[in-house]
This record gives sequence, C-alpha cells and structure tokens, in this order.
Amino acid sequence: MSDEEDDIILSELDDEELVQQMFDDLYDGLKEEIEEAVNILLERKWEPYRILTEALVGGMTIVGKDFRDGILFVPEVLLAANAMKGGMFILKPLLAETGAPRVGKMVIGTVKGDIHDIGKNLVSMMMEGAGFEVVDLGINNPVENYLEALETEKPDILGMSALLTTTMPYMKVVIDTLVEQGKRDDYVVLVGGAPLNEEFGKAIGADAYCRDAAVAVETAKDFMSRKHNQGATG
Amino acid sequence: MEQRCALMLPNDEILTEAGFDSTEKSARLLLIACGALAHEILALKRANGWDHMTLTCLPAKLHLYPDKITQAVAEAVEKHRKDFDEIFIVYADCGTGGLLQAKCDELGVKMVEGPHCYSFFEGNDAFASRADSGEITAFYLTDFLVKQFDAFVWKPMGLDRHPELRDMIFGNYTKLVYQAQTNDPKLIEKARECAARLDLDFEYRFTGYGDLATTLGAQAASDAT
Repeated sequence: MSDEEDDIILSELDDEELVQQMFDDLYDGLKEEIEEAVNILLERKWEPYRILTEALVGGMTIVGKDFRDGILFVPEVLLAANAMKGGMFILKPLLAETGAPRVGKMVIGTVKGDIHDIGKNLVSMMMEGAGFEVVDLGINNPVENYLEALETEKPDILGMSALLTTTMPYMKVVIDTLVEQGKRDDYVVLVGGAPLNEEFGKAIGADAYCRDAAVAVETAKDFMSRKHNQGATG
Repeated sequence: MEQRCALMLPNDEILTEAGFDSTEKSARLLLIACGALAHEILALKRANGWDHMTLTCLPAKLHLYPDKITQAVAEAVEKHRKDFDEIFIVYADCGTGGLLQAKCDELGVKMVEGPHCYSFFEGNDAFASRADSGEITAFYLTDFLVKQFDAFVWKPMGLDRHPELRDMIFGNYTKLVYQAQTNDPKLIEKARECAARLDLDFEYRFTGYGDLATTLGAQAASDAT
C-alpha cells in the first residue's frame, strides 16, 4: 500500500476515495496522513461524528479484524492506533461542541499488580470512537480505585484488564467487593486480557469476556441496547 | 512442529523457530518442554545422570502466541505417549490462563508449577513475594532470552522497523532484570545492552535453575522408584 502513497494528493480525492484512502492509511499507521484527511473532511463540512465513525472507526475495525485473523500483529495495531489517536485528537473537542450522541459511559483500568496497558488503551480508544464516554484509571488499580471511580463517575460499564496469569484473579476481588456492597448489578462488568478466556470470565462473575477491542465495543453496545430496551418496556 | 536432532542440541535459532526432538525410545520418562529451556534441562540431566529421562522441545517462539501452547503440548503428548512410561510437561502456565493445566489434568500428565519461567527460575515463592512487595515494573530476561533478544523481543515488537513504538510498549517498565541461569560475563554485558536499548535500568540477578532443578529432581526420583 505505502508505495502508492507518494503520488496521492489527499485533497484531490472525492469523499468516497478519501475515506477509502484513510482506511489504507490507518492500516499502514500513517498518522500525519490521517490528521490531514480528517482536516480535509472537516473543511468539506463533514460532521465530526461522521468522520469518527465512518472513517476512523471503520478503518480501525478492519485493523482489528486482521489482528484477530493473525494477518496483523501488535506493532502494526499500535501504529494504526497511534494514527487514529491523531485523528481523534482533532475531533474530540469538536465532538463535544457538536453534541455527538453518547452511547454510554465506561470506567476502565488495568488491575492491581499489572502495568500492561496496550490492550486497555486500544479498548478505551475504540469505545470512545463508538460514542462511549471513557474514564481511564490507568494501570495497577486496587479495588479502592475502581470503587471510588464507580461512585464518582456513575458509569454504565466497568472494564478490567490484565495481562498476567498472576494478576487476572484480582478481577474477582473487585467483583466480589461489588457483590458484598450490593452494587454488582449496578454495572455491566466486562473483562479482557491475553490470558483470559470465556470460562474465566464466567467463573469470576463478569458479564462478559471480550477477546479484543472490537469485541469489547460490540459487547458494550449490545449491553447498552438491552438496557435501553429494558428501560422502554419496564 | 518438532525437529529431530538426536545427537546434539541445535542452536538457539532452531530452538526458537522449530523446536528440538532428542527422544531416545529407551528412556522411560519424556520431558516435553519449551525450547527456551532446552539448555537448562540438558545441563541438569547431565549433571544429575538422569539417563532414564529424554527430551523433546516445542518451538520457543510459541511464547509469542500463548493461545497456541496448550494445543501444541496436547499434540506432542498424544504423539509420544505410546513410547514412554511417563510424560512430564516442562511449561508453567505461560500465559495460557489455566488452560494448559486443565489440558494436562485431562491428559493425565503433570507440569511445572508457577506462572512462567521467570517465576520458577527465581523460585515461585520468592518471585511471588517480590511481586507482593512491589516489583511489578520489571521486565525479565533469562539466559536464553538474552541470547535471543532480537528474535524474541526487538523484532516481534516491531522495534527494528518502528523504534518509536518503544515507549508505547515499554513505557511502564522501569528496569530490566537479567535472571541468570549461568555465570557468563558476555551474557551479562549483552543483557546490559538490551536494557539500554529499551531505556530501562539494569539489574543482574543470578537465579541458577531455581524450582526447575527441584521439580525435575522430584520427577526423576519418582520415576526411578
């Protein structure tokens, strides 16, 4: 893909071609090109939310799928994420101004004893791209951090991440504490991380295990839609 | 996936990419191990005269895709079980999230205790105790991983092509701990260089073979009786 980049002048592409080119540029992790394309679409009076969903999230979904299928690997996904971040940085203030729809709110963090945050950061970014407000607690979070954030932020979803076999059981500590305090049913709890699996998610009492960022977004949207439906019928 | 090489240990590139099979059918106990442990296991075997024990190694690079370890181990067990009285798996959990232990239970074979080789080389109790006292920002390398740093860390993480990713990947680490199984000044120097390339502080920590020695010793003794 990148051999062709030199000859392409983004501003000369029509909208459809430009979005397609943004998919390619996200795939190749070309941050500056993504920033330029976002600005071009803004000049063409595209709504920020439309740029986010159709171009950036659309492109990252392809990246996510190819990661899942073993075509892309961690470095390429990180470069793509970095390029998307560049576009998001331009769009974020504009999204707030233009009153983009908010699907729900999520508090997310890596559990105590664990400093790995690549997966968590990808989930945060993709969730934001999908219209969720995300409060990211960072790494190495004891149960107190989660409880405090749940109290102050009042999210719909709690997300927990772990990369280590030794730290993943801490997710159960958090969930058990929520149960003890009678707060467990106030939140959808999603968990993820390389050593986790569906069985583990069920065993610790999470609502779902999400194998990657794209699945996390789909699962979160699904839970939010169920919540709204319950609200409508209840 | 396994490579046959009955007479001598292949080089580390082969241990990383293809694995190694030195199985002697006359032996009673087969060790199915990670290629990253081949040197250490054979050193222990030689030192202790465990002649009833033989070894097959899966490619060390499986560690880059831990979700593939369980199936690879299971296939190796099925392939070899008819030829040996007993099989022992020289993997710890290694990022399989308990799936390898569950599979070993199902297959009726034992495996090394602990989360990973960094833990059992240091001793599982000692390693857990360090983590409890706050050593969570250390990036660990063993002898094998120091030797194979480029193949295992630098290239798979894309740092040869995109050095700008270093801080995204290693930004939360503060130090590189070289857990040495042997005392080799050249490896210490190389480990120090690895730390510099990752922009991490360096700590040398001689572990020897740790729980690997005691675990294999116990297995050898139980099989000999």
